[in-house]
Amino acid sequence: MKKSVFLGTLAASALVAGFASAGTLDDVKARGQLICGVNTGLTGFGAPDASGNYAGFDVAVCQAVAAAVLGDATKVKYVPTTGETRFTALASGEVDMLARNSTWTYSRDTDLKLDFVAVNYYDGQGFMVKKELGVTSAKDLNGATICIQTGTTTELNLADYFKANNMTYTPVTIADDAEGQRQYVAGACDAYTTDASGLAATRATLPDPENHIILPEIISKEPLALVVRHGDNNWGDIVRWTFYSLVTAEEKGITKANVEEMASTSQDPEVRRLLGVEGDLGAMMGLDKDWAKRAISVNGNYGEIFAADLGEATPVKLARGLNELWSKGGLMYSPPFR
Amino acid sequence: MEARFVRQSMLTPQQPPLGEKGAMKWLRENLFSGWLNSILTILGLLAIFFMVKGALPWLLHGVWDANSLGECRKIIAADWGQGQTGACWALIHERWNQFFFGFYPQEIYWRPTMTFFLMFPAITPVLFFGSRANARRVIGAASLVMAAALFGLGAPMAPFLVAVAAGLALFWLAEIAPAWLLWFTALYPGLTFWLLWGGPLWRPVCAMLGFVIMFAVFRLAAARIGATVAMVAGFLAACVWWLFLQTPVIASLASAMPLSLRPVTSDQFGGFLLAIIIGVTAIIGSLPLGIILALGRKSDMPLVKGLCVGFIEFVRGVPLITMLFTASLLLQYFLPPQVQFDLILRVIILVTLFSAAYIAEVIRGGLAALPRGQYEAADALGLDYWQAQRFIIMPQALKISIPGIVSSFIGLFKDTTLVTFVGLMDPLKGITQVVRADINWKGVYWEPYIFVGAIFFLFCFSMSRYSMYLERKLKRDHR
Repeated sequence: MKKSVFLGTLAASALVAGFASAGTLDDVKARGQLICGVNTGLTGFGAPDASGNYAGFDVAVCQAVAAAVLGDATKVKYVPTTGETRFTALASGEVDMLARNSTWTYSRDTDLKLDFVAVNYYDGQGFMVKKELGVTSAKDLNGATICIQTGTTTELNLADYFKANNMTYTPVTIADDAEGQRQYVAGACDAYTTDASGLAATRATLPDPENHIILPEIISKEPLALVVRHGDNNWGDIVRWTFYSLVTAEEKGITKANVEEMASTSQDPEVRRLLGVEGDLGAMMGLDKDWAKRAISVNGNYGEIFAADLGEATPVKLARGLNELWSKGGLMYSPPFR
Repeated sequence: MEARFVRQSMLTPQQPPLGEKGAMKWLRENLFSGWLNSILTILGLLAIFFMVKGALPWLLHGVWDANSLGECRKIIAADWGQGQTGACWALIHERWNQFFFGFYPQEIYWRPTMTFFLMFPAITPVLFFGSRANARRVIGAASLVMAAALFGLGAPMAPFLVAVAAGLALFWLAEIAPAWLLWFTALYPGLTFWLLWGGPLWRPVCAMLGFVIMFAVFRLAAARIGATVAMVAGFLAACVWWLFLQTPVIASLASAMPLSLRPVTSDQFGGFLLAIIIGVTAIIGSLPLGIILALGRKSDMPLVKGLCVGFIEFVRGVPLITMLFTASLLLQYFLPPQVQFDLILRVIILVTLFSAAYIAEVIRGGLAALPRGQYEAADALGLDYWQAQRFIIMPQALKISIPGIVSSFIGLFKDTTLVTFVGLMDPLKGITQVVRADINWKGVYWEPYIFVGAIFFLFCFSMSRYSMYLERKLKRDHR
C-alpha cells in the first residue's frame, strides 16, 4: 500500500514514451512462461517455502492464469516485487501481471495508467489490542499509542478515522510488519493497526493469542486486486475472467476433484459453457475451449484456494467475511459466463 | 680521595608500591586516572552489566532444534520456566541454506561452494604478492575447508574429487611456481560464471577469448600505430568478436563437444551468494576503473578531464538507491521489450560504476599527497606517462590510499543489502522477509539479524585486518 509519486511519474512517463509490443498474450505464449509479480513475502498470500517454491493465495491466481493460457501451472516465473517497484515493474513490461495484494484506488487506476481487473480479496484496516486493556471498540481508543507503518495508506486512514471521531492518538512509527509485531508485544503501543488479514496472521503467531483481540471496527476499504497494464484489454480480460471462473466454479460447486466429472455430467448450461462443453467462450479471448477447466483443476475453485491458504483450517485462521460468495452474504460476485 | 663508604653488595630491588604495578597500575592509569574518567568507567561498566544482564539469559536459553516459533516457546517454557524468553535459533538451523544460497537448487550447492573457496587461490597472488608463505597458508586452508564443506554438503563424487584435485594442484603450484597462479586468477572469472550460472562451457570460454583477441590486436598494432590507437583497435576487434562471431562459434563448439552444466537462472540467486557475487565483482571492477577515472581527472586533456569530472560528480551526487532503481526499472524502458537483460548483471554494473566514482576520489587524494618532486623525478628519468604512473606515481599513491580504498570496499560490501529494494533476495531483508512470511517463523525478530550481522562482521573485519597487514608490509618510509 506504499505509494510513491516519483515512481508513479516514472510509470506514467513510460506510457507517454510508449513502447512497441505485440499483445501480452502473444508474448506470454512465445515465451512459454507467465511472468507474475508477487510479494517478496507475506504470510498466506505469497512467499517461497524452504525449497524456494512459491505458494499462497495470490500465487494461486498466477498459477490459474498460467494453466489457462499455457496449459501448465508450473510455467510461471515469479518476480518478487516490493511496494516501491511493483507498479513500475508492471508498467515497464518486466512482469505480465501483478497478483500482489495491491489496493485498488482511484489514482492508481487513472494516474498510474493501470487496470485493476478483479478484486481477489476484500481487506480493510483493523486494530488489535491486549485484552487486559478492556477496550472493546475502536471508539474507546481515544489517547492511545498506536503502532503504524509509515508511508502507507494505513497511516492516512488512521489519521482520517481519529479526526472524524474527534479523538487523539500518539503514533509509534514502524518500518515493517515484523517490527510492528515486536513493538506491540514489547508494549511500546496499546494498539497495532494494519490490514485485518495481517492482524489475524500476527495474532496467530503471538505467544498468547487468547490475550489479544481484534476490534470489530474496520476503518477502511482495501480491495486487493489483480493488476495489468493499461492498453492491452484482451490480456486484462484473460486475467479477469480466469479469476471469475474460479469464483463461478465455487458458486456452481465445481471443485478440483470433480471438475472432469462436472464437465461430462452437468446439465447446467452455464457450467457447460464455462467448462467448454457448450459454445466456445475461450476463443472470444484467444484461448482454447478447456481454459477454465485447466484453471480450476490447478488449485480448485476460489473457496478451495481460500481454505487452503488463509481459511479456518490454516494457522492464519481467517474467516471468509466479505470474501464469502454474494449468495452467502459476502461480496464475491462473478458476472455471468455467457 | 678516600671513599668512606662503598656498598659491597647490591640491594635486592624492592617491590613497587601496590598502586604502581600489575593490574592495579593498569587500572589506575587506564580506567581511573581522574574523577571524570572514573565516573565514565563506572557508567560504562554499569551499561555493559545491564546489557549483558538483559541479553545473556535470552542467548543462553537459545533453542536449536524446533520446527516453529511456537515449539521454541514451548521448549523454553519447559526448560527454563514459564515467562522466560530465549532465542529461537532453530530458524537458522532450518533455513540456513536460504540465507547462504537463496533459492539455488539444493542438489548443486557444491557449485557456489566450490566457486567461493576457489576464489582464495585466485586472489592470493594479487593479495599476497611476493609472500610465498602466506600464499601457501591461504591456499592450503581454503582447499581444506573446501573439501570439508563439499563433504558436509553431500556433493557428488565427481565434483568432490575435482575440487580436491584442484586444491592440491593449486597448493603445489603455489609451492613451485607462484607466478603461474596468476593464470588461474585470469581464468577465474570465466570459471565462476560457468559454475554459478551453468550452461555450455564454451560461452565463458569464448567470452574470455574476446579479451585475448583484444590484447593480441593491441600487441601487434601497438608498435605500428601507437599505444592509444592500438587500444581502441583492440577494443573494436573484441567487440566484433563478442557481437557477431562469438554466437555461431559457441553453437558449433557446443555441438562438437557438449560440455555443459545445468543452467541456473538469476532469480534463483539470493542470500550471501548474491551479496558476495555483487560485492566481489564490484570491488574487483571498481579499483581499475577508479584508477583510470582518477588519472583522467588529473589529466591535461580537457575532453578526458571533463568526462571524468562529470561522471564522478554525477555519480557521487545521486544516492545508490537511485542507481539501483535505474538498474531495475529505468533501463527496461530503453531496451526493446524482447531483450531480457539480467537483473543481477544490471545491478553489478551500476554498483561497480557507483563504487568506482568513490574510489577515484580516494585515489586522487593519494595522488595529491605525493610531493611534486616525484612527478618531476619521473619526467627527469625520461619515463613516458604510463611508465611514470606504473613505476613511480601509482605505487606510492595507492599505498597512501589503502585505508580509504578498503573502507570504501567495506561500505560497498555492506551496501549490497540495498538490492532488496529492487526485489533481489539479499540476506538481511529479502531472505529474512521470506522466512518470516512462513507462518511457522512469523514473529521471529532478532535472530536472523544477529546471524546475518555476525557473518557480515566476519567479512568486513577480515577486509580491515588485511588492509592493516598491507599497510605494515608496505611501510618502507616515513619511519
